[in-house]
Amino acid sequence: MSTTTTADVEKEPSMILQKQMIGDHFHELARAKELGKKVVYTFVPGNLNELIWAFDMLPVHPEINALQSGMRKKSGAYIQEAEKAGHSEDVCTYVKCDLGMMKKGNIGPTGERLPAPDLLLLSYTGCFTFMKWFELLQREYGCPVAMLHVPYQGDGEITPAMKQYVVDQLRDSVIPLMEQVSGKKLDLERLKGFLGSSSRAEDDLCAIWDSAKHKPSPIDSYFGGVYYIGPIFSAFRGLPQAEEYYKSLRAEVDARVAAKRGPTTPDGELKDQKFRLVVEGPPNWTSFRDFWKMFYGEGAVVVASTYTKVGGLYDRGFRHDPANPLETMAEYCLGCYTNRNLPTRVDLIEKYIEEFAADGFVVNSIKSCNSFSAGQLLMLRELEKRTGRPGAFIESDLVDPRYFSGANIKNRLDSYFQMIDAKRASSPT
Amino acid sequence: MDLEAIVQRSEALFRDQDLSAVKEWKSRTGGKVIGFMPVYVPRELIHAAGALPVGVMGAGEHAEIIRGDAYFQSYICRIPRSTIELGVSGKLDVLDGFLFPAICDVIRNLSGMWKILFPQKYARYVDLPQDFGAAGRAFYRRELEGMAEDFTRLTGKAVTAEALRRSIKVYNENRRAIARLYDLRSEAPHLVPTWELYLILRAANVLEVTEHTKLVEAYAQAARQSKRPERDYVRVVVSGAFCEQPPLGLIRALESSGCYIVDDDWVLGARYLVEDVIEDGDPFDALIDAYATKTVSTASRYESTALKGKFLVEQVRSRRAEGVVFAAPSFCDPALLERPMLQAVLSEQGIPHTGFKYAENTGQIQSIKEETGTFADSIKLWGTA
Amino acid sequence: MDCYVGIDLGSTTTKAVFLDSSERILGRGITNSRSNYTVACQVAREEAEISARFNLLKQRLASVPRLGERADELMAWLSCKFALAQHLKQLKVLQQQCQDVLARTGVKGGEDRAPYEQALVQIFEALVSTSEALFAPNQRSQSDFFRDLATSLYLKEAEKVARASGLSFDRTVGIFDKAILQVENTSFATFFAEYLAFACRETVKVEQFKRFEQDISQAVREVTELKFNVLSEVGTGYGRLTLPFPKEQIRSEILCHGLGAHYMFPKTRTVLDIGGQDTKSIQVDESGIVTSFQMNDRCAAGCGRYLGYIADEMNMGVHQLGPLAAQSKNPVRINSTCTVFAGAELRERLSLGEKREDILAGLHRAIILRAMSILARSGGVFSEFTFTGGVARNEAAVAALKELLKENYGDVPMNISPDSIFTGATGAALFARRDSKKAEA
Repeated sequence: MSTTTTADVEKEPSMILQKQMIGDHFHELARAKELGKKVVYTFVPGNLNELIWAFDMLPVHPEINALQSGMRKKSGAYIQEAEKAGHSEDVCTYVKCDLGMMKKGNIGPTGERLPAPDLLLLSYTGCFTFMKWFELLQREYGCPVAMLHVPYQGDGEITPAMKQYVVDQLRDSVIPLMEQVSGKKLDLERLKGFLGSSSRAEDDLCAIWDSAKHKPSPIDSYFGGVYYIGPIFSAFRGLPQAEEYYKSLRAEVDARVAAKRGPTTPDGELKDQKFRLVVEGPPNWTSFRDFWKMFYGEGAVVVASTYTKVGGLYDRGFRHDPANPLETMAEYCLGCYTNRNLPTRVDLIEKYIEEFAADGFVVNSIKSCNSFSAGQLLMLRELEKRTGRPGAFIESDLVDPRYFSGANIKNRLDSYFQMIDAKRASSPT
Repeated sequence: MDLEAIVQRSEALFRDQDLSAVKEWKSRTGGKVIGFMPVYVPRELIHAAGALPVGVMGAGEHAEIIRGDAYFQSYICRIPRSTIELGVSGKLDVLDGFLFPAICDVIRNLSGMWKILFPQKYARYVDLPQDFGAAGRAFYRRELEGMAEDFTRLTGKAVTAEALRRSIKVYNENRRAIARLYDLRSEAPHLVPTWELYLILRAANVLEVTEHTKLVEAYAQAARQSKRPERDYVRVVVSGAFCEQPPLGLIRALESSGCYIVDDDWVLGARYLVEDVIEDGDPFDALIDAYATKTVSTASRYESTALKGKFLVEQVRSRRAEGVVFAAPSFCDPALLERPMLQAVLSEQGIPHTGFKYAENTGQIQSIKEETGTFADSIKLWGTA
Repeated sequence: MDCYVGIDLGSTTTKAVFLDSSERILGRGITNSRSNYTVACQVAREEAEISARFNLLKQRLASVPRLGERADELMAWLSCKFALAQHLKQLKVLQQQCQDVLARTGVKGGEDRAPYEQALVQIFEALVSTSEALFAPNQRSQSDFFRDLATSLYLKEAEKVARASGLSFDRTVGIFDKAILQVENTSFATFFAEYLAFACRETVKVEQFKRFEQDISQAVREVTELKFNVLSEVGTGYGRLTLPFPKEQIRSEILCHGLGAHYMFPKTRTVLDIGGQDTKSIQVDESGIVTSFQMNDRCAAGCGRYLGYIADEMNMGVHQLGPLAAQSKNPVRINSTCTVFAGAELRERLSLGEKREDILAGLHRAIILRAMSILARSGGVFSEFTFTGGVARNEAAVAALKELLKENYGDVPMNISPDSIFTGATGAALFARRDSKKAEA
């Protein structure tokens, strides 16, 4: 969700702070063994970051490594490495990128080697492939796996049975295994401390999302948003660094609101906001900058997105609650965006379109990610019907450079923007 | 009934996209019908509510997909689009409800699509737990109870413990009959051509269970007495075809390429439980226990590395198979991600294997046949592929 | 004369349309798209200008009462003589280019150059001498691109000459391949006056036109001297971003297609366009404004290119596929519209002894099935329905589409224009006209 950045690109101060945080984290990871720290690999959606920190272990997120590899243009070679080893061209490229990176020495985004895991914490939330992914990693690393099956909101709600199921697993198998691997008993008070810190950062993040209701919007909730979710969806939620980051980000955004300024893009401030959009689906990482430019280059700003909710829908009211640690973690896992059923996802996007006064919405359909993609064409149709606002449908992949056709995507987006323009021009108001 | 008539009847059931047999059952009994997608649902529960469980496995090779295709990108497998095609063209109107068990994200999302497309119909995602200990069992009990409540509401008939025990019993009989047929095929594969066995198995999707058991038994008896020449074929296990089904022509081609298929995982729901479900005591406990401990290994169930591949190797050993053919639908994440792990285990064990991808309407049977034929030849010649 | 220009830079052809101030089409031009987009764009534009002049000439001659019914015949003569002049000019340049290529690169393998020089002279003599017959009035060859026409003529002559003289046929062809690229990238429209003067001279020699010499010369002079004043120009199409236009003058082909189809058939609500690179389904409102659209997803299955691929597999020309498929009485079901798999499936079907026409009929249906699902994605089919793009000229595809439309949407009137290839350029010209009006206001 965050990126290593190149020179000559405009950056917000919070981006520089984030880069520092990430650098420190990967540096600590590289020294984990000498520091005597245990390492946990885990997934972003429904992650148990506070719990990992409570055991004083260090988290690694393979999805983030994969997207970083994508941004650094290394994913193509990694994917081919995995395909050479027998993986199908049909399957998720995050998995293949991760496996390929491991085979090539497991060098992380900062150039330092990532430590092997002492535990694979399989928070199986909202994505079936996660399960296969860690089965594959377990074969490679031979370390224990803590399986946490987070049931799906098939009927669009969290039932008491679902919550109980997750709490039971946490209590009966996940926590005992983490105690065993870390050699420490769970310090519940410490855990509560992290959870409290999480909720404070979550408050600030919500204010940031909300700011996009302003015209002009001071943020881009998708392309900028993926930076904003960096700390809270990954290693830093629950830590003071994250609190600090979100405080400073919020101040930045507030200042832009006061000055009626738009978000910062790699080419400077987005000034003339001609189109306000909601985006469904993850971004493409291999051509992230080009992809973004196809939007801001036409004066399009994203006012809300679903991808930035894969690690929790704080904006719909959820906060980590230190008073009920296991229950709150369970609820967090259950509430992630991709763990919600299709009707609920349609409802959510509809609300975003209305609440953020969007001109339309864009679906970026990702080949790798069936969890997001299967059903998106129906969502498109439903949303157009319900909101009367036009949707655009484009296709790309997370980190497979072979699956990003810039000209094709630009063609569709341009047509889409021009269509909105032509409609405006022809409507009497 | 003679062999030919049994096979013909099964093939007619297989080809009947209008589900006439189900309609006929419905008008005869006045009962409700509940459909289900692959792989596993506890059909006993549906049966105990007096309803007919009906397996829906896509639309096969002959259906033209127009509207279903409008809902899915090109990189998504075929079964959800053909299932939607069946739905929107009214061919599934006979179903009073539809269950979508946890297999993968595509089928999971299909459950929500169904709710949007057919709001007046009962549709439920069946979340099968991946935790097989106390937590998963407690959760699964709530799932089963929830379904039982739903079915009761649909049928007006309470799912009593007594009824459920009776249903468990008839499904145990069915599974035993199928297991015996599989044993027979393994002992004398020339007497039980796989495409015939497949058709018999597919009939489980649409026939009332006791009727299906009779069909299986009648077929087994007739097949045993049949006079068919034994060929110098290689014995193989087929793995990976647990959800979207290969076209019948492909199944025939696999065999005629020189492979006796001595075990497989198609229509896996009918064989998901490998032992009897306990017939006395609390029937919910019995179903939970069976789901947690007495099942096949398949890609949609979580499995630790220590166990990975054991089931398949054991299948190869007990069926005296000489190799494994991996057959997975294109774009099937579970099967295709599982495959390299299973292949690694087989290689460690010195078991030859080959693999291909298909779609339910695949049009390139010859090239697959050539591949498996070469595989069979190389095993015959050198004992390895 | 005030006019507005639309250019559609497609993947295989580039089109241009000239409109007058009352949105009437003045002329249309088409050429091969080529490596040099600027030239393709320029040539199409010049062709459109020529066609505009011819249309004006036709109007002008039609208004001469004493010509009466002779006017049409006269136009046919003028057109063919004009085309002949253009053709001869191009041949001349081609010959020069061939000689240049030979001089520049020599003959590989150390062969003597002189016999090849001689051979070229012979070939071109033959080409020139047969030209007149080719460009008799109402001959089809006039509408062919020079490249296509010259290639087939040259190959025929080169084979004869090579056989007779014992020279290498391949080398002779190699020279041509290099030279034709140069010719394609040369503009010939500047010779318009010269061609038309030639046409006029030749035509008035014809017995039945001799007595109208005065009228003809007068009309030709007026049309030749006419100046077009382009008030606004808009570009669209696959290669629109490479057009030498400022951004405001570039429009998406979706919008242009919608507006163009609306212009051709004002009751159009749904447009299906199957082109070489993609399939588009477009919904437009009563004034031709696009309300929604869908294109084939990243997978190009079922586009025109797929037919090209099939044609290659079957060793046929693309234009032969439709007529053969139309002969099928028993179409087979083809499952794969994937270009990657289609070849394999095709070979498998052939090896199973299926008839070529039956396979082709199945393939055409498969393509249209894909289009049907894209139509469904964009919201369905509403009356009237307009079918455009290269595939709309394929009778088997049209038949399959009619059948499937009826099955799925009932009786919906289907429009296919013989000029459907100009849909995008027409829309672009209309946008040019509207932009200009807006600028005035």
